[in-house]
Amino acid sequence: MSQLKYALFTGCTAKQSTPELLSSTLAVADKLGIEITILEEASCCGASHLQDFDEFLAHVLNARNICYAEKHGLTMITICNTCQLNSQMTKHALDTNPELKARVNEKLAEVGLEYKGTSQIKHFLYALIDDYGLDAIKDKVVTPLSQFNIAPFYGCHNIRPSELHEHSNGGENPYMPTSLDRLIEALEGHPVDYSSKNKCCGFHVELQANHTSEVLTGNALVDAIDHDADMMVTPCPLCHLKMDTYQDSVGKVMGRDIEIPVLHMPQMVALALGATEEEIGLKFHVQKAKHLYTEAS
Amino acid sequence: MPNNETRKVTIKAFRFNAETDYLPYTKQYEMEVGKDDLVLDLMNRIKWEHDGSFSYRRSCRHGICGACGIKVNGKPVLACKQNAIELLDLFDNDITLEPQSKKRAIKDMIIDKGDFWQKHADVQPYVVADVDPHPSHETKQSVAQFNAMLDSDLCIQCGSCHYACAALEANPDFLGPAALTAAYRFTIDTRDQAGEERLKLTAQPGVGVWDCVKCFECAEACPKEINPIEKITKLHNMQFEQGIAKRNVATKHAEGFLRGMKKTGYLDEADIVLYSEGILGMPKHLKTAMKMMKSGKIHWHSGVPFIDSIPKIKNLDEVQKLIEISQTNTL
Repeated sequence: MSQLKYALFTGCTAKQSTPELLSSTLAVADKLGIEITILEEASCCGASHLQDFDEFLAHVLNARNICYAEKHGLTMITICNTCQLNSQMTKHALDTNPELKARVNEKLAEVGLEYKGTSQIKHFLYALIDDYGLDAIKDKVVTPLSQFNIAPFYGCHNIRPSELHEHSNGGENPYMPTSLDRLIEALEGHPVDYSSKNKCCGFHVELQANHTSEVLTGNALVDAIDHDADMMVTPCPLCHLKMDTYQDSVGKVMGRDIEIPVLHMPQMVALALGATEEEIGLKFHVQKAKHLYTEAS
Repeated sequence: MPNNETRKVTIKAFRFNAETDYLPYTKQYEMEVGKDDLVLDLMNRIKWEHDGSFSYRRSCRHGICGACGIKVNGKPVLACKQNAIELLDLFDNDITLEPQSKKRAIKDMIIDKGDFWQKHADVQPYVVADVDPHPSHETKQSVAQFNAMLDSDLCIQCGSCHYACAALEANPDFLGPAALTAAYRFTIDTRDQAGEERLKLTAQPGVGVWDCVKCFECAEACPKEINPIEKITKLHNMQFEQGIAKRNVATKHAEGFLRGMKKTGYLDEADIVLYSEGILGMPKHLKTAMKMMKSGKIHWHSGVPFIDSIPKIKNLDEVQKLIEISQTNTL
């Protein structure tokens, strides 16, 4: 296999509240010999909130991010479902609407950039599965996760709308996604089958519709726990933040104790590939998770 | 298996009669499914060949009346439009027919859609206008004005998006994607005069667009491929464009992204909470903030003005300039 090279769009959370996401992603890339160029010029994707305020501006800023991947001539990979969705939505809008593309490029020209549409955008999860390959990953496992029941939590923005994502997510069925399950199996863990795996965590209305947010997170956490999960794993740091940070308050809404570690997808892979404790960064979790490193090794 | 073969399968169906059953149950039906069979054909076969009491709504058989919306393995489908073999392929030949909302089931696939129709009615889903009973000329719309409706006029009120909506499941007061799509369709109509009223309704916390959780279930669900959340985003934007948006936690949260982006290029995670909630709204976040601080997710200086706790992106001046020249809305 020729060496895989990607331009990494880190997103905001990996640079702030989830440093463990960035360190574990880089550790996985290092272990697998994937070359990563971090797009240090890339700004926030708007997280679907800036889009609500000013859709055109959000397109301009996302197009600017993609321009930098295009400059490197690389596929842009994301490590956040919402970054993936918003970047992909802008790419789709510009690639299918010449008038909008021209209006956006008129603005970008003011800072010496031009959006061409030459770079693909895909989430790191699908780069690992579809480009690197599960068999190749399996060969690199040094710490099998065989003692863990792992509940995959897919996160909305990687699987819906399927029409937008089908070329970058291997045609995942949003009603029965399998990629994370297959990744867990490749790492010799036991994927937990539960019906909330493709549901919404409620992160995006955490502030303005808190009860909705807590109920949605609670449903998912409780469903995973009731199906004997030792941990959950998600490719989205926003799902992680909601599900890891708020277990106390969510427990109150659900009327029961909730305690379950929620790992980022690259943390799980890094664990199996024998990355260091520092790289995996389980100490940054609000719900205690450090024991997983000891238990795994 | 190639798609042109007949397949012998076992179809499961949700069964429940609210008048006689305490709990719902599942029954299985064996049948041959051909390549041109629709889900509606499977339901007809259950009723005609297995159990005459099996109940469901059907009418036009042409994907236009919206009566036969059900779910299959959680996937909303219009029974008269959805090919059965495609569905069997999608779910490894293991499918269960379910009503759109189990908690609203009256008999088998038939549900009480009262909440759907009430919300639809709430947004005044019609052109509100004083029309001269004896007009001297027709009301004209340009192609561009018509196109601005996007595809929202194609809605058949089947309820697929409404009963797939995660926000509505948790908050019964939320208008939901179908009603909001109708609100958009008539607000954007140049003949209509109730736009402001509708925008005010859809701006209400707890009821309107700000309670959308952005799960995109509606976009996935729509059998007419309307993409309701696209219209919800349009309504959000229109609230700012037309000065309807009031300063509240939700609108400040959307607009507040630019505060961090202008300073560092990134969203400022701590500042956005502080800015959106205001000082008075902060106490409820203290416990979480302390926990996040303990685990190193945030720092004592996070969100504190004049302290750079977030790295800056390269070429930040480009982002600042682009915001300056591209921003179209204000709060």
